[in-house]
Amino acid sequence: MVAKNNSNKCAYCGACVGICPVAAIVLKDTRIFIDEKKCISCGSCVKICPVGAMSLEIKKK
Amino acid sequence: MTGKEIVYDVIIAGAGPAGLAAGIELAKGKANVLILDRKQEIGCPKRCAEGLSNSWFNIMKLTPNPEWAVQKIKGAVLWAPNGKSVKMKDKKELGYVLERKMFEKHLAIEAAKLGAKILLKHQIIEAKRENGIVTLKVEVHDHVEEFKAKMVIACDGIDSLVARMLGLNTANNLKDTDSGYQYEMTNISGYDEDCLHMYFGNEVAPRGYIWIFPKRDGTANVGIGIGAYVSAETKINAKGYLDRWIEKQPGLKDGSIIEVNAGGIPVGGFLEKMDADNLLVAGDAGHMVDPIHGGGIGIAMEGGRLAAQVALKAVKANDYTSKTLGTYTKEWFTLRGNKLKTRLKSRHLLEHLSDDDFNYLAESITMDEALKIGNGSLSKSEKVMLFTIKLIKRPKLIAIMKKFFV
Ligand SMILES: Cc1cc2nc3c(=O)[nH]c(=O)nc-3n(C[C@H](O)[C@H](O)[C@H](O)COP(=O)(O)OP(=O)(O)OC[C@H]3O[C@@H](n4cnc5c(N)ncnc54)[C@H](O)[C@@H]3O)c2cc1C
Repeated sequence: MVAKNNSNKCAYCGACVGICPVAAIVLKDTRIFIDEKKCISCGSCVKICPVGAMSLEIKKK
Repeated sequence: MTGKEIVYDVIIAGAGPAGLAAGIELAKGKANVLILDRKQEIGCPKRCAEGLSNSWFNIMKLTPNPEWAVQKIKGAVLWAPNGKSVKMKDKKELGYVLERKMFEKHLAIEAAKLGAKILLKHQIIEAKRENGIVTLKVEVHDHVEEFKAKMVIACDGIDSLVARMLGLNTANNLKDTDSGYQYEMTNISGYDEDCLHMYFGNEVAPRGYIWIFPKRDGTANVGIGIGAYVSAETKINAKGYLDRWIEKQPGLKDGSIIEVNAGGIPVGGFLEKMDADNLLVAGDAGHMVDPIHGGGIGIAMEGGRLAAQVALKAVKANDYTSKTLGTYTKEWFTLRGNKLKTRLKSRHLLEHLSDDDFNYLAESITMDEALKIGNGSLSKSEKVMLFTIKLIKRPKLIAIMKKFFV
């Protein structure tokens, strides 16, 4: 599983960036970048997101 | 990649209240300082309800200016789940609701006039320490530039990565962070515009509260902060709680939304270590936020200012190792540590109140008593007395209150 961001829902607040224990998420202006190699699928970003824009999805090969 | 020849004394990451206050102080001390921010407009988008109490105006020597201090606040109203409220209102103002982007621009102009350089649309993507110099890789428009400094002050907010790039972990955890969501609404009514309003209760905002912070006639920040782990348990996120509450408020539900804001709030107490070689951390990045109400504008500025004062010592001594910078965390805890401890206790107290407890408190405290609590005219022992009398029927509350006052 890997964290995914839904850019339609996202408010670009960076709460997921600060909570990510492995610094796998970066906020740039109005874009969220997720480093899938770093992501440990802990789901913290999904829990803190105020607007439900984060989810854990099956990693595509 | 274009090389920048200059080696700055200090580069500040982030032009929020922490970074701008640090920039002002460093420029006053004649340091060669650069402030970088990824945003294209200072102060936008805000992650904030914009309330700032008078004490911070005094501490930071700010004079309220109607251009950015847009609404006088004379008190607070605490709303229990059953609709009863406790109003604590004074005759004079106790603070302001700001127009934060104007406020931050005011700080930025002051910093620049004093000699600080500010660059926007500069996203720091990498930081490295080599032979006592920090090199930052920065995305600028369509290319990457390098900037060099003898030290960095990380004022990059809740989503701070710059300190983490330099080996100091500023990450938040779910237990100690709130998830926040807010609308700036207009054409709304039904609340006293002189007061901040806070709504409590497990159905309203588990481990947190909903707020209305008035901002000019019929316009206000209407928002919520809840424990970051709550949505996993209740399957409702911050936006969900706020939307369903607004729907039930006659004065709000037909209002218009003129801004959507969101953000995490680090409410678990300051980072234990906020300095390293060539690095200091201030503001949200160092978790400098009041654990009870989540306010962080004032304390971010105070933290930024202290970081700058310590940095100036490093500039003077030409020593940027933790030998000089290492006093910062200690000085910060001397300044704010004790207050933090009592505030963390009160937070603990609030977290343990049930809906019944809130209702009971709202019903049993009289207007007069509330005013005295609000304007600070009761001594600590008088407060204990008052609460003990009130709470005698509620043994659980007494136990919690004891924890709070000890
Ligand atoms: C919903 C909500 C309501 C709030 N209400 C209040 C309130 O009423 N009163 C109050 O006092 N506080 C409130 N707060 C808290 C307050 O907003 C923060 O504590 C305050 O903004 C912290 O200031 P700062 O300078 O540390 O960080 P910020 O204001 O977040 O500034 C950080 C800056 O760093 C920049 N940055 C980050 N990473 C990079 C990078 N890699 N490269 C370049 N730039 C970068 C960002 O763009 C940003 O401008 C609220 C917070 C939230 C979320």
